[in-house]
Amino acid sequence: MVTTSERQAPAPASAGDERLLTYAQALNEALREEMRRDPTVFVMGEDVAAWGGGGVFGVTRGLADEFGTERVRDTPISEEAIVALAVGAAAAGSRPVVELMYVDFVGLAMEPLVNQAAKLRYMFGGKVSVPLVLRTQQGAGRGNAAQHSQSLEAWFCHVPGLKVVTPSTPADAKGLLVSAIRDNNPVVFLEHKLLYGTRGYVPAGEYAIPLGVADIKRPGRHVTVVGIHMMVLKALQAAEQLAEEGIELEVIDPRTLVPLDEAAIVASVKKTGRLIVTHEAVTRAGYGAEIVARVVELAFDYLDAPPLRVCGKNVPVPYSAVLEEAALPQVADLVAAARALVRGAA
Amino acid sequence: MDGAGQPALALDDRGLPADRLLEAYRQMVTIRRFEERALDLYRAGELRGSTHPYIGMEAVAVGVCLALEPGDYISSTHRGHGHTIAKGGDVRRMMAELLGRATGYSGGKGGSMHIADLDRKMLGANGIVGGGIGLAAGAALTAKLQRTGAIAVSFFGDGALNQGVLHEVSNLAAIWSLPVVFVCENNQYAMSAAAAWTIAGGDPAKRAAGYGIPGVTVDGMDVEAVARAARQLVARARRGEGPSYLIASTYRFVGHHAGDPLNYRPKDEAERWRARDPIRLLGERLVARGMATADDLAAIDAEAVARIDDAVAFAKASPPPTVDQLLTDIYA
Repeated sequence: MVTTSERQAPAPASAGDERLLTYAQALNEALREEMRRDPTVFVMGEDVAAWGGGGVFGVTRGLADEFGTERVRDTPISEEAIVALAVGAAAAGSRPVVELMYVDFVGLAMEPLVNQAAKLRYMFGGKVSVPLVLRTQQGAGRGNAAQHSQSLEAWFCHVPGLKVVTPSTPADAKGLLVSAIRDNNPVVFLEHKLLYGTRGYVPAGEYAIPLGVADIKRPGRHVTVVGIHMMVLKALQAAEQLAEEGIELEVIDPRTLVPLDEAAIVASVKKTGRLIVTHEAVTRAGYGAEIVARVVELAFDYLDAPPLRVCGKNVPVPYSAVLEEAALPQVADLVAAARALVRGAA
Repeated sequence: MDGAGQPALALDDRGLPADRLLEAYRQMVTIRRFEERALDLYRAGELRGSTHPYIGMEAVAVGVCLALEPGDYISSTHRGHGHTIAKGGDVRRMMAELLGRATGYSGGKGGSMHIADLDRKMLGANGIVGGGIGLAAGAALTAKLQRTGAIAVSFFGDGALNQGVLHEVSNLAAIWSLPVVFVCENNQYAMSAAAAWTIAGGDPAKRAAGYGIPGVTVDGMDVEAVARAARQLVARARRGEGPSYLIASTYRFVGHHAGDPLNYRPKDEAERWRARDPIRLLGERLVARGMATADDLAAIDAEAVARIDDAVAFAKASPPPTVDQLLTDIYA
């Protein structure tokens, strides 16, 4: 059993070592430190070097200045080739970090990701490792409409051989990216486009957050809320509101979906007796269904109410603000769901 | 044969040194006998799934691999047995893999379509048409970044000429001057789809011009011709001058896989190609040049048959994997 204290990011040496960084800056710091530490790490993707000094979201800013354009490689718009080359480069002894500009473009690169990266090791009886990180961003809320707003984490979770990471805070983003780069497996590292500008305290210096360890973002005793990406932030807002009426949410961020820290989620549900899972991805066949299924399998007798999914509507993400807001799970939806769970069980 | 320590060739324009030509003959015969036995085993119900023979195409893998150093990478196709043997792979472990045994290259997890030998820089047969093209280019990228001096070869069939990934990877390899040679084994059919009507523009080598790289067409039934062309393109890649296309015209004498009805190609066509059987061509040349006698060639053949017999015996005596291996090797 993983204890709560072990689930936290390692504490900094002193408070003075902490800096308030954006999620994008924290990711940049992880890339920079790992590239300095390990000469086999290189970055490759569309616009990662030339565009304003590093990526349309600024995550790779300045890296080409420090490491040169051989290790920070701008590519043509050729998603399948980028990922396919990264697989071969990884199998031959590099640690490529590929940036795919939007997760929506992964359809163009699913062949090398799913059929090559995820399967080579198994098909070859463990004779090869593919230490590849596919960084991309997903999520809605910015009016990017249907082809630039999806949340596709469930696609990757369904493929044995891939690991899937979904950080929600700057500190997690840095520590998890470090672990992803050092991992000897293909890791799909999903960022969220609305999180890039969010700020948080990030420990200075080198630290890694192990994959497969959830974090309790807020302890509580009435309802366990398992959230992914932006929904962690919205769950924390819901928790603030509900606290005023005496309902305490326990907000859990799994941080990595594969491997999943089932023990942390089950321990929380055993305490609260109620479960909400929340993600932006469409509800149907989403990762929330997997979490609910595992809790039902492992802790059915502890449930005081049916688990709820507060997730995206089963619809492509629309453009108009009023429609997009309606397509996504909102704080009010979480508040209403938690109230219903608590009252229904009372 | 199983040794990976072959030195780079210093070929003259006339051909290969005698010992290397005999070695090439031995490899080609070994591939042929291996594939014939694999088909027998398939028909006997001992080989599961499917198997894709390399019969008729042996000169391509052997000719190209003669131009490679042990540290050079290759990636392969559905038809990976020939490439593995040409790169120095172990026929015992290959046959054990085909029969799904624990002693196979992948412990029985890959089978015929996923034969791989990473120790010999063979990045695996691939069940996806065109799937190995990016892998080879990626290995070439690592070689360039780490300055290892290695190059990479991607073998693919004419069917992969029409896969989008070839375009993307060719373009990327050209702009980055990656040390990779794209070897198209044009065996005239992508399953039943004839190259004659599936490849726009006619000559596949012309496509190389679109990327500003050399495109060389070679007689894929002539191992010396393949080796000479490969040597030049490999040397070019090793000098840092970038990728190239080598289009080898060849033919699979048998079906796409063991269950192929073969009702899509003219009956006399295979006979015309069989008249230029690459093994017979090389054998006749060795005899004509006084490099070997007919008895020598017969002895090489008998030796290859004995090696395959031994490989089958080894495989059949090997245990299948235990079920506790099911969930291993998914993650490192």
